[in-house]
Amino acid sequence: MTEIVGREGVLTTPNSLYAYSFDATPILRANPDVVVIPRTTEQLAQVLRLADAHKIPVIPRGSGTNLAGGTIPVEGGIVLNMTRFNQIYEIDEKNLTVTVGPGVITADLHKAVEAAGLFYPPDPGSQRISTIGGNVAQCAGGMRGLKYGVTKDYVLGLEYVLPSGQVLRAGGKNYKDVAGYDLTRLLVGSEGTLAVITELTLKLLPLPETKRTLVVFCEQMVDAARIVERTVADKIIPATMEFLDQATMRVVDEFSHLGLPRDVAAMLLIEQDGPEQQVARDIDRIAQIARKEGAVDVQVAKTPEEGAKLMAARRSALAALSRLRPTTILEDATVPRARLADMVEAVDRIADKYQVQICTFGHAGDGNLHPTCLTDERDREEINRVEQAFEEIFQTALELGGTITGEHGVGMAKLKYLPQRVGEGGMELMQAIKRAFDPNGIMNPGKVVARSARQRIVVNQP
Amino acid sequence: MSSFDMNELLNCMHCGFCLPSCPTFQQTGLETYSPRGRIALMKGVAEGTLPVDAEFEQNMYACLGCRACETACPAGVQYGALIEDARELIEDRKKARKRTSFARSATLKHLFMHPQRIRWGGHVLWAMQASGLQKFAEQTGLMKVLPREMAQMQAAVDTVASPAKRKRRQEVVGPDSTSRRRKELDAPAANRKPAMRVGTFTGCIMDVMFYDTNQATARLLAKAGCTVVFARHQVCCGALHAHSGEKADAMELAKQNIVAFEQADVELIVNNAGGCGAALKEYAHWFKDDPDWADRSRQFVSKMRDISELLAELPPLSFTKPVEARVTYQDSCHLAHGQGVRNQPRELIRSIPGVDYVELQNADSCCGSAGIYNITNYDMSMRILDEKMQQVANTKANLVVTTNPGCLLQMKKGILDAGLSERVQAVHIVDLLNQAL
Repeated sequence: MTEIVGREGVLTTPNSLYAYSFDATPILRANPDVVVIPRTTEQLAQVLRLADAHKIPVIPRGSGTNLAGGTIPVEGGIVLNMTRFNQIYEIDEKNLTVTVGPGVITADLHKAVEAAGLFYPPDPGSQRISTIGGNVAQCAGGMRGLKYGVTKDYVLGLEYVLPSGQVLRAGGKNYKDVAGYDLTRLLVGSEGTLAVITELTLKLLPLPETKRTLVVFCEQMVDAARIVERTVADKIIPATMEFLDQATMRVVDEFSHLGLPRDVAAMLLIEQDGPEQQVARDIDRIAQIARKEGAVDVQVAKTPEEGAKLMAARRSALAALSRLRPTTILEDATVPRARLADMVEAVDRIADKYQVQICTFGHAGDGNLHPTCLTDERDREEINRVEQAFEEIFQTALELGGTITGEHGVGMAKLKYLPQRVGEGGMELMQAIKRAFDPNGIMNPGKVVARSARQRIVVNQP
Repeated sequence: MSSFDMNELLNCMHCGFCLPSCPTFQQTGLETYSPRGRIALMKGVAEGTLPVDAEFEQNMYACLGCRACETACPAGVQYGALIEDARELIEDRKKARKRTSFARSATLKHLFMHPQRIRWGGHVLWAMQASGLQKFAEQTGLMKVLPREMAQMQAAVDTVASPAKRKRRQEVVGPDSTSRRRKELDAPAANRKPAMRVGTFTGCIMDVMFYDTNQATARLLAKAGCTVVFARHQVCCGALHAHSGEKADAMELAKQNIVAFEQADVELIVNNAGGCGAALKEYAHWFKDDPDWADRSRQFVSKMRDISELLAELPPLSFTKPVEARVTYQDSCHLAHGQGVRNQPRELIRSIPGVDYVELQNADSCCGSAGIYNITNYDMSMRILDEKMQQVANTKANLVVTTNPGCLLQMKKGILDAGLSERVQAVHIVDLLNQAL
């Protein structure tokens, strides 16, 4: 390995292995056998060839901000640190594309394209540190999903390396390209189980002229859900429609000192972007709808700074919640937009039933909820109840026509729910696809399509 | 032996928000050089999976202790306290094995614990500088007897004050006759409030290397209408000891300081070094479980102010001498991240007539000085400094203002190395303000 990537590119000491044994997923942990840091596609191809020949697991990794255990080396092997592929190769203002290495930090990508008056809409909560390669591998979402979609809607082309060491390309700069199977889309969201992505070409939009933020407070969750429904039915698609439940609001307020009210059940944070007049008109109409549909208070942010502060508070929700109890488990259940209130109420009922504390926030416009459980990993009995509660939450989401993950991916954490979502036929086909890419099963084993699911318990490698 | 606070370790949810704020992670891109990684390693030690060995020690001491991660952490993890615990654990283990390095004990034990020796050191340094002996030593290569890191740093040291000058210091400086407060004091007895008595924390290194800055601090406060007291028997604040895992020594020094300022009978205490200030404000936390000292340390902390903080509370000084320069400001990590003082120094600088203020990009990111880090981890420190100097050059500023002796020395060294001496100078905020009075 050192012959391929040099001595500095290979980490084997106990501290290094321990430091790469986790990602942002709580409780799960397992040591790799080695951490390898390639700098070029050629080095990477050699590493994969070697690993494939010896059937050594390979786990590609960016900044490790993922929340479903996708980068935990659960069967040991090589953690492939991709952070040195951090170049922005080209911002093509004629074709409206950007071509980057997978190790570029998402926020840096935003900054670079925005400096050219362009816009890359996907904005996962972890954008300050997550890598774009990780976003693509997990098909990350964010707060602008309602109007702009998620990562898969912006990937036009990629270069990737198969476990055999073969370097291939799919797609390119063409907005229209229907030649053959869509391998680009297949690799987006493949969670490192098929190949390693080494370069990405992404679609850009013109940067919206202006944006404005509106806050709506509701006494009941159903009022908030109805406001979301009526807004869309009125043919307005806001860029962002986020909600926080009461418990989340309290914690966020303690962290951000915004002076949020303590006695309302939910808060909606709505942002619209676009041409100034259009934005002003949309925000006015949404405010009218909100008042008519029973909002107790509606506030329009007066300045862009005020709006940005509110959005920043929403972004901090997860980490702020983690102040309450030692362990914070964030989930990612999603339902069709119209079932949002039913789902939030179900989460409350389930939390009561299993006597666990769950705060919920998320993307109201997308029906994408993040029920977040505040618990203590040292208490095995409580963790079991948490496990049962989440099982019932996912069952309920599926019954409501929803899905088990909206933007975090399956990874390890949602392995056991995938067959329920895609069916036995779907599982078999996915496994056959994996075999076609990765006949020796070295790519990120134990994830997504793996057969045996694990409980949420600490996994220690010897 | 100390142990980790498991609740505090578990507060870290490894979200990774701290990574972009960490200078050593920015330099290496490695998880072991990040706050998240270091906390994970502490967890490994706490649960018995990892030993307290040379690798763990290297990883814990690679941290600058700048605490920028605390500002970035939405979960509110007290990283500064955790890294101190980790280092204390390492030092305790080493003592058990009787393996403390000579250089380390020479500085921490035999120098910083004894104010008299620090003063003698200052006299010796002055004598060398005054006699040209330092130049001679440099030219003949005599400096090579010093470790490379120390020899490199000494180039940035200015001429220190002479023993004679030191002897002339007045222990108590009354309010300045031209100050507004003074005029109020001279008003009819019925309206009269006594001048506020403010003790100055002179700091050990600060008083040797930047004696004039301490004098200038007193002058500023006198101008603001205060009676300034140089409290006797004060000693080193203990920050270096606490950050190096010598908490017991740090607490010993803290007790002496608390007593010294109780005896000085002052309403407030002011310091002009961000790093010392953060430690002085932590005394209450250090003694929270000590019934004899908890209350006294709380009293002490409630009086403690950074000079910028205090000047912002007092009636504004009127600066009359313009400073025609483009000026930028490098935060002291422990002033910004440790004490949350960010705006006051900037406002003070802006209030000087003639100043063209320009914000430094990533001003609150550590310059690499970090106590004795630029001696113990010289190479990493210089990588961080090179980047900082690039940003300083981008501002096209003529003056870089700092609020901590370590940062000031580091800036001076960076300016020398970057070949910017012709047009850029580093200056302590107090000296700049004093120049404009």
